[in-house]
Amino acid sequence: MLRRPTSKLRKRAIVVSLALSVMGLPALADGPTTRTIPRNSAGVDTSRIVAIGGDVTEIIYKLGAGKNIVAVDATSQFPPDALKTKQNVGYMRALSSEGVLSTRPSLIIASDGAGPPEVTRALKSAAIPYVTVDGKDTADGLRLKVNQIAAALGLTPLGKKLVSEIDTKLSKLDERRKTISKTKSVLFILAARDGRAIVGGNETSADAIIELAGARNAVSNLTGFKPLTDEALIGASPDAIIVMKRGDGSKSHEDALALPGVKLTPAGKTKQIFVMDGVYLIGFGPRMPDAANDLMTKLYSRDATDANGQGVN
Amino acid sequence: MATANAQLESRSRAVGGRAQSRERLLSVSIAGLFAVFVLSLSVGATGISLASLPDAAWFKLFGGDEVTAERNALVLFELRLPRTLLAAFVGASLAVSGALMQGLFRNPLADPGLVGVSSGAALAAITTIAFGNEFAKPWMDAFGVYGLPFAAFIGGLVTTLTLVAVAGRHGRLMMGTLLLAGIALGALAGALSGLIAYASDDRELRDLTLWSMGSLTGASWPKVFAILPFAALMIFAIPFLIRGLNGFLLGEAEAFHMGINVERTKWIIVLTTAACVGAAVAVAGVIGFVGIVIPHIVRLVAGPDHSIVLPASAILGAGLVLIADIFARVVVAPSELPIGIILAAIGAPVFLHLVLRRGVGGME
Repeated sequence: MLRRPTSKLRKRAIVVSLALSVMGLPALADGPTTRTIPRNSAGVDTSRIVAIGGDVTEIIYKLGAGKNIVAVDATSQFPPDALKTKQNVGYMRALSSEGVLSTRPSLIIASDGAGPPEVTRALKSAAIPYVTVDGKDTADGLRLKVNQIAAALGLTPLGKKLVSEIDTKLSKLDERRKTISKTKSVLFILAARDGRAIVGGNETSADAIIELAGARNAVSNLTGFKPLTDEALIGASPDAIIVMKRGDGSKSHEDALALPGVKLTPAGKTKQIFVMDGVYLIGFGPRMPDAANDLMTKLYSRDATDANGQGVN
Repeated sequence: MATANAQLESRSRAVGGRAQSRERLLSVSIAGLFAVFVLSLSVGATGISLASLPDAAWFKLFGGDEVTAERNALVLFELRLPRTLLAAFVGASLAVSGALMQGLFRNPLADPGLVGVSSGAALAAITTIAFGNEFAKPWMDAFGVYGLPFAAFIGGLVTTLTLVAVAGRHGRLMMGTLLLAGIALGALAGALSGLIAYASDDRELRDLTLWSMGSLTGASWPKVFAILPFAALMIFAIPFLIRGLNGFLLGEAEAFHMGINVERTKWIIVLTTAACVGAAVAVAGVIGFVGIVIPHIVRLVAGPDHSIVLPASAILGAGLVLIADIFARVVVAPSELPIGIILAAIGAPVFLHLVLRRGVGGME
């Protein structure tokens, strides 16, 4: 505060020259204003991206464009860097038009679940390119999402590469799945509140990943995420139970393990109960093949409660 | 009327200086509303201020290719202005509806949702959220993004008309029946809403929760024009209801002996409230608190005379919702808070303070 303006200027000059030397000679020659702006094939500026949807953000990072993201939505839990270093425009179903615009985006890439509809409509009319990413929670859906996002970023070759990586992993997964002799039934517990388990039934991302991991859903008679009573939990008699852990380090999964019915299931008796990260397992981002593979390993390797501490009794 | 007014006057004098504070309240609140209105236009996540209004207006009128002006025009005229107007109309409608219901039922706890509008609107809204891709698809395809608000309005109106049909006998509206039947219908609509919520997936559940917290996020010109006629109708009806409601303060029979057309007044109040609250719920979701607290604040400050309670409620209701919405937009920008949280956080302490200092304002 008492510093004289000259010294401030000098300091700034040092910073600027340092920055220029880091940027290299071309920057010095052209001046910093003509720094190349990344563009996609349609000529859209991709230097300031707003990413809406956890899977969308994850794919953008995977394609190496994470540095161009200026804001993400609250569901963008992975990589953890996203919510720490980028602005947060709130939950993806409750966006604010002016809030999103205030981040001065040059491109908005949003999951088809973004909302409310009036806001997405206003954003689409705002002369800022708006890309809707749709894709179901399946292997095909994942490929579709990667291709759409890569095209929007002007990174189609990188997208193709990522898809082929995913395909390689998925075909290995298929090979492994064929070696499974006896399909296990799995119960997916999303959360447990007041002693009631919320489980993943039919048509959920949990159901999809269980199938990819070569198992079958123990509660396929339910549709959606539903509460399950203790009695029904015992009746479902799962061979294994997966409990979701939230990424924020909370201990909510311990409530699920304390459910009285859990002990009486085959899974409880044989200690086939696994705690897994929710965003990783059912996020259906680019890590999906790894997640399915990990789940398969946990389900079908004999020493599930081994030293890596994933098994819980 | 003269007796009623005399009684009100003497009551006012007993509390002290209320005639003066009335005028003061009206002029202060009009000035305040204007200030808040301008503030609401000038703040927001983008940091665009009113200084950019001339440029933006020029762009709006004559076009151009300047990117900044285009963005400013979009934010000021397509986002902030409709949102500000919508907040004002919703606030005024809810506050006046609350004042009307409390006057009609002579009960300080009467809520604008008492005539079944809110529960009916909620049931219809929840139905379109949960079944928008199933049997409600033709409806949603026909009305697009306005499918939900329109369904909510129809739902509210149908519930109220059912109630009125149940409580009306030979042209007379039985208030006790109306109240109890309203509770019964509300419970029924609540049960159906619960059943639908049970069958919803987690995304639909989040939508349901967010809708029931109320929000002005989706404000747009069509929504402003949707609520405008109802808010105008209510403002227009106010002068015709003052005498009747002041009569009701003394009791229904007394009002009748004062020459007030009791039945007509009741019908007008119930139907206006239903239409206004239906429109407000349709465009902004369920926004509680305003309808109960604002009329009480007015009564605490200026006494129970409806010639002040009704207009002041309209102005203060609009102002409170505007202030709350400004906070909702700015506090966690670029994200947004649900307005209900802020309304309660701002309004509850003020209300409690007034109640502790002044009693309950002629409603005991």
